[in-house]
Amino acid sequence: MSATELPDLNTFLPPMIEPEGDLLEVAMGPHHPSTHGVFRMDVALDGERVIRLKPVFGYLHRNHEKIAEKTTYLASMPYTDRLDYFCSMTNNWAYALAVEKLAGIEVPERAEYIRVITAELTRIQNHASAVGFLMQEMGASGTPLMYAFREREKILDLFESLSGSRMMCNYMRFGGCRVDLPAGWIEQAKQIVAGLPQFIDETEALLTGNEILMARSQGVGVLRPDLAVNAGVTGVMLRATGVNYDLRKVDRYGIYDSFQFRVPLGDHGDIYDRYMLRVLEMRESVKILEQALPRIPAGPILDPKSRPRGFRPKPGEAYGRIEAPKGELGFYLISDGSGNPYRYRVRPPSLINLTILEDMCLGQNVADVVLIFGSVDIVLGEVDR
Amino acid sequence: MAAEPELQPDLKIELGKQGVFVTTLNELYNWGRKNSVWPMQFGLACCAIEMIATTMARYDLARFGAEVFRPSPRQADLMIISGTVTKKMAPQVVRLYNQMAEPRYVIAMGACAISGGPFKQGYNVLKGIDRYIPVDVHIPGCPPRPEALIHAFMTLQKKIAAQPLTGEDRPRHLDAEAQGEFPVPVPGAHDLEPPVNRLVWPLPAPATDLTAAAAKEPA
Amino acid sequence: MKSTELLLDELKSALPGVEIELVMNPSVSAQHSLRVAPKDALRVAAYLRDVAGYDYCSNVTGVDWLDKETTEKIRTTKTVTRTVDGIDGIAQAAEEIVEETVKRVEPGCLEAVYHLYSMRLGPTDPHPPVVLRMRTLNRIDQVELPSLTPVWRAAEFQEREIFDLYGIVFTGHRDLRRILMWDEFEDHPMRRDYVDPDDFEYEPTPHDEVLKRAEEYKASLAAELPVGEVR
Repeated sequence: MSATELPDLNTFLPPMIEPEGDLLEVAMGPHHPSTHGVFRMDVALDGERVIRLKPVFGYLHRNHEKIAEKTTYLASMPYTDRLDYFCSMTNNWAYALAVEKLAGIEVPERAEYIRVITAELTRIQNHASAVGFLMQEMGASGTPLMYAFREREKILDLFESLSGSRMMCNYMRFGGCRVDLPAGWIEQAKQIVAGLPQFIDETEALLTGNEILMARSQGVGVLRPDLAVNAGVTGVMLRATGVNYDLRKVDRYGIYDSFQFRVPLGDHGDIYDRYMLRVLEMRESVKILEQALPRIPAGPILDPKSRPRGFRPKPGEAYGRIEAPKGELGFYLISDGSGNPYRYRVRPPSLINLTILEDMCLGQNVADVVLIFGSVDIVLGEVDR
Repeated sequence: MAAEPELQPDLKIELGKQGVFVTTLNELYNWGRKNSVWPMQFGLACCAIEMIATTMARYDLARFGAEVFRPSPRQADLMIISGTVTKKMAPQVVRLYNQMAEPRYVIAMGACAISGGPFKQGYNVLKGIDRYIPVDVHIPGCPPRPEALIHAFMTLQKKIAAQPLTGEDRPRHLDAEAQGEFPVPVPGAHDLEPPVNRLVWPLPAPATDLTAAAAKEPA
Repeated sequence: MKSTELLLDELKSALPGVEIELVMNPSVSAQHSLRVAPKDALRVAAYLRDVAGYDYCSNVTGVDWLDKETTEKIRTTKTVTRTVDGIDGIAQAAEEIVEETVKRVEPGCLEAVYHLYSMRLGPTDPHPPVVLRMRTLNRIDQVELPSLTPVWRAAEFQEREIFDLYGIVFTGHRDLRRILMWDEFEDHPMRRDYVDPDDFEYEPTPHDEVLKRAEEYKASLAAELPVGEVR
């Protein structure tokens, strides 16, 4: 096979749109109310139509990877909390999983259960907030977001009584978890989980059949499944296009294969499907929680052989990934046998899901850019690291 | 305007009991200002989420007259630096601060905004926003709880209430000589230029007296 | 899912003449990788995507390998003359095995690592990634690698990030600009020999390295302008 025999490699590039009139260039951000933080989009407009869109990153580049290469394996754990600061538990888990793969550490069953419970709680509060923020950008100022944060506070209370911090839990360790569940935690969690279906029903009653939501989101920001796969899009964004790829089913990490749950899939790949999938995933997470909470076994929460302090894995490398609420969160570690990782890399789902932002926005109205961007559900701490 | 005579608190309470409300222009003016501090809708990082949580139902920042988050710096009185200021973002933060109208206040929320916090060793992290703009209230924490942000608001309200309208300590907006525009740093080849605004961030001496420590050590 | 060894054989027979080798991973994760010569990378990548089914490029990252000085003990056979029984002049030549220390400098390089999975082939157990690696010739001036963005669009931002932080120039990338640092920035901060700007001025409790820097800083205070003046 020579170079001329290569298949057509440029099938997945955004199309060029010819403007009809003069172009107007608008810089949205980095201080913009709808950019979820410090993010900039350089948009070229022909009237209302988007002709070109270039995302600009780095306004929250906090050098997580460089700092992690200068410090020990354990000391990076609190930094992972601050990647996607909505979902510290899943970030912890992804990092712990990568290190466990690197060093071959086993996790006790009770710790696996706690990990699943905290991760699914994280997923619920992340999706609830994501829906709330999306509605905020659609003009539903206040109510959906207020409802979402009301539930989020309850879940954060659980995290706080477990780990000592509302947002930055720093809870998981290589080979388990840091502390055991406090007395009464399971009962409190069961009570909160029992109230969640009502909250989801309430959200759906408000939004799912809402005319404005349907008019503004159906058929807007459509993503093709082949492009989504090629561009490495993961999480809700990918499944909304109809591709069945959920790492909880694919990799079956942790103990996810012992729970009954379904992976909701979309048909159209538009904003409405993404909204709908988040709601459905919350329902599935509630199902997992309802199964996991009564079944949690007694036992140790940390592998007694694991030594988090003075941890020196053998030379080698490992890539570990989990299904974080935003998509595939992976950690790639290279060990040279010392106490610090030689290479520490975060595979940020938020950044890679933005690869196709331009493709989705081209030809759309500028007012829809805000919605399309909101439906990707990113957190800048993870985009820029 | 001559310096206003202090109103005796006892007299004020006594008159209040009689149904007479006595105040000074200074107090009335500051009372109005402190209860309508409009923050700028400006989130940088993790702390921004706690800032949003503070405005939500459970913590309800509206009780302090500060729920009106304005997206435009022209309409805002208060900038909450909620999160890590990176070197790439710092020029924009200073520019936004310059665009705010006086009287304006700054809360540095969280360890990162104060000093770089856990990310202090990062090459792209500014070691505290007070290198470029003056900060009124610092809140430690990573991130500070919503209660801490509320405490910062109350501290700021106390500060506003105590500001005299005349004299040396009067706020900047009543002082025609005061500096209003702060130089915006320029991104350079290796670092921001200048790396620090010396007018707001004079060189601090290290906290420990190093010469004393060195003298203790045996030669 | 094929093991990496089988995949290597398949690639070698399907694409004759490609330079590709197996890099073993000694850790328990056993995620072995394939190192491909930059000139063949696009062909191998297109084959992996279109024929082998690896349609999903998950993670793309750079690694900086510094010049490595290794000291190695080598056993060699040498003819040694030695004095026997303390009698001068009577030297006996003998063949002996002697250990020698040899210093070798392995030249450093920049490496791009691609983690591939398959969405088309569906879940299998276990599900290890295919790791594809490419190396530049050195770390200074020959830092070009072919961009794999035409094959997997997922690499677009990640290759830009590697260009920004490591300085690998990806030829054939449609929009190779800095992504995280500002455009005027000149260094590549994730390289291991990067020295960050010394904006270190103040530490409440200096110790060790920090104390040394604080002392240097204090000495520089005297040379500074008085407070309140702008340079």
